[in-house]
Amino acid sequence: MRSFRGGVHPPYNKVTQDRPIERVRPPERVVVPLSQHTGAPCEPSVEKGQEVQRGQKLGEAKAFISAPVHTPISGVVKEIAPHPHPVLGEALAVVVEGGGEMEDWPRGEVDPDSLEPEEIRMRVREAGVVGLGGAAFPTAVKLSPPEDKPIDTVILNGCECEPYLTADHRTMLERAEDCILGLRLVMRAVGAERGMIGVEANKPDAMEALRHASDGEVEVVPLKVKYPQGAEKMLIKAVLDREVPTGGLPMDVGVVVQNVGTAVAVAEAVRDGKPLIERVVTVAGEVGRPGNYLVPIGTPFSYLLEVAGGLQEGASQVVMGGPMMGIAQRSLEVPVVKGTSGVLALRALPYEEGNCIRCARCVDHCPMELMPTLFVKFAKGERWDLLERAHIMDCIECGSCAYVCPARIPIVHYIKLGKLKVRSLK
Amino acid sequence: MEGRLVVAVSPHIRAEMDTRKVMMGVLISLVPGIVAGVWFFRWHALVLLASCLAGTLSAEASACILRKKPSTLGDLSAAVTGVLLAMVLPPTLPFWAAFLGGVVAVGVGKQVFGGLGQNIFNPALVGRAFLMAAFPVLMTTWVAPGPEAVTVATPLALMKFDHKATPLLDLLVGKVGGCMGETSALALLIGGLFLVLKGYADWRIPLSYLGTVAVLGAIPWAFRPDLYPSPMFHLLAGGLMLGAWFMATDPVTTPVTKVGRYMFGIGAGVLVVVIRLWGGLPEGVMYSILLMNAVTPLIDRYTVPVPFGGKR
Repeated sequence: MRSFRGGVHPPYNKVTQDRPIERVRPPERVVVPLSQHTGAPCEPSVEKGQEVQRGQKLGEAKAFISAPVHTPISGVVKEIAPHPHPVLGEALAVVVEGGGEMEDWPRGEVDPDSLEPEEIRMRVREAGVVGLGGAAFPTAVKLSPPEDKPIDTVILNGCECEPYLTADHRTMLERAEDCILGLRLVMRAVGAERGMIGVEANKPDAMEALRHASDGEVEVVPLKVKYPQGAEKMLIKAVLDREVPTGGLPMDVGVVVQNVGTAVAVAEAVRDGKPLIERVVTVAGEVGRPGNYLVPIGTPFSYLLEVAGGLQEGASQVVMGGPMMGIAQRSLEVPVVKGTSGVLALRALPYEEGNCIRCARCVDHCPMELMPTLFVKFAKGERWDLLERAHIMDCIECGSCAYVCPARIPIVHYIKLGKLKVRSLK
Repeated sequence: MEGRLVVAVSPHIRAEMDTRKVMMGVLISLVPGIVAGVWFFRWHALVLLASCLAGTLSAEASACILRKKPSTLGDLSAAVTGVLLAMVLPPTLPFWAAFLGGVVAVGVGKQVFGGLGQNIFNPALVGRAFLMAAFPVLMTTWVAPGPEAVTVATPLALMKFDHKATPLLDLLVGKVGGCMGETSALALLIGGLFLVLKGYADWRIPLSYLGTVAVLGAIPWAFRPDLYPSPMFHLLAGGLMLGAWFMATDPVTTPVTKVGRYMFGIGAGVLVVVIRLWGGLPEGVMYSILLMNAVTPLIDRYTVPVPFGGKR
């Protein structure tokens, strides 16, 4: 089966894969950060005390690499102030109070082949769609490849290689037709001839649903079950056997990759004019009712965890995302943002950093074929110049190295530190 | 809940294998070799094991106290060094010499460099090299297996100085004179296979090491079988099996790159054959590994892999 070199096999713990997506009743107060994406934060387009309708824009994207944000509930703007943020620590956010039931967004009509690429890009941008896999890169930017980078293939990423997470799995199963529509729209926008969907082989039902929905026009590619199969570069390698050059982007090898959840958001944005105001979040681990929830953006973690049955005895860590790359939270008042694929309640294990025994497990498992041993050595020795020469900037921070390290060295910590230093010295 | 949340950098889960489990795996893999050693050399083997362990463990504990660090006995690395050292010493070596060897192995071979992971040379072999230099006669006095402890020559010495071959079956089983834990090639092979199949060590070095010795040893033998030992003899005699599976796989003192590990194995293999056939000593496993330990930093430096997406 197609795959890539290196990687690890953590226990998958996908206990929520059979739980259908369940819509969460919106909280009475949502906190919508103005920065939920890679790139420039957007600027508030509402004022304190203003009444807003569900789906109305709260922040306008002024820069090219940016995305607007919208309110998931109707109500009144209570304040625009810094609030805890699950990725940035703290960021400016618009607080809306209101609430009520969440109804289905009215469905529109669209024929992907009759739309101009520019029209698709505009609607996607207006809807504030960003990559839902975790990195939250503005999708409209990805749909605007420069003239000299022709795109021949669009790959939808349905790997979901992070343990626990099943949001994409459920999305593929329950929203297969929208996945395919989203894929067609993305192909149309970038002028690609070929559409493919890479799915880890442990989701045969999702593959079947996608094949059925696409009438065989889209190639659904089963991939080896191995972390980080869903990393963009690993996915392209596995599906097309193309290597994104170091420091490069998928478009350098004629590819655009979108997460399956993003494809659904694109379909909704273009067909229904629906902004990105809710997303599927897997809540799992030590909670009473683990599952896949359709959550309004801006919902505090504390509210979502209550909906999911509350934290159970022993939970000592709350992570946004998967256990391999997710971010441990210091407060449960942080809101669900566009990049929140999961909220996990874990039992944190005390790991003590030991001496490196040079066993080279990190080297053997690095999917980017780097030498994490050098990163740790040079970061500890503050040799930032050597770090760059050891290709630290190629690291995708997947955490495979630290996962297998028998000395429990927090390698990703040293890498993040090293990257920060290398960037700041430029 | 709030305020008691554990905040740590990702990943938030870890593989089961930690340093202690790796060392435990090595110890378990050594059991067949130890059993064979005790079977053949009786209480000599037990005294040797106890003395070496006492030496390595006390040196490790003292170093931790001197350096005001928490005890590292629990990582079991000093125990591995102690057992390995005992296995590469003559069974009748006096207990005080074995103890001293253990102290030097961990004290000089490991702790002066800063402890686990910092040393350049294999600590057990540093201990053995020290004893070789300090007590050459004690270190080259060999006995035949069994309760009598009759002095004999090792198969390699017989081959080197008298051109007398030892039956391969004896070498395989281990019913020959030699170091306590080196004589039974079969027991070591079983343990070694367990070691690599369970993922405690990488297979690349044993494979390339043994393969190089076999191939290189076969060339002179093909021309003058009366004068030179067969490749099978090379593989089964002396300390090669123990060295290839358990000494040359010490991660600390061997390369971290895959290409580097092949280079290490091939280099050590060449050295063994050269020393055995043309050197002054009958056996060359210890020096082959120590010499390759010395060039390991160099090998690592020149075998850095090209990253994914780089120009190959």
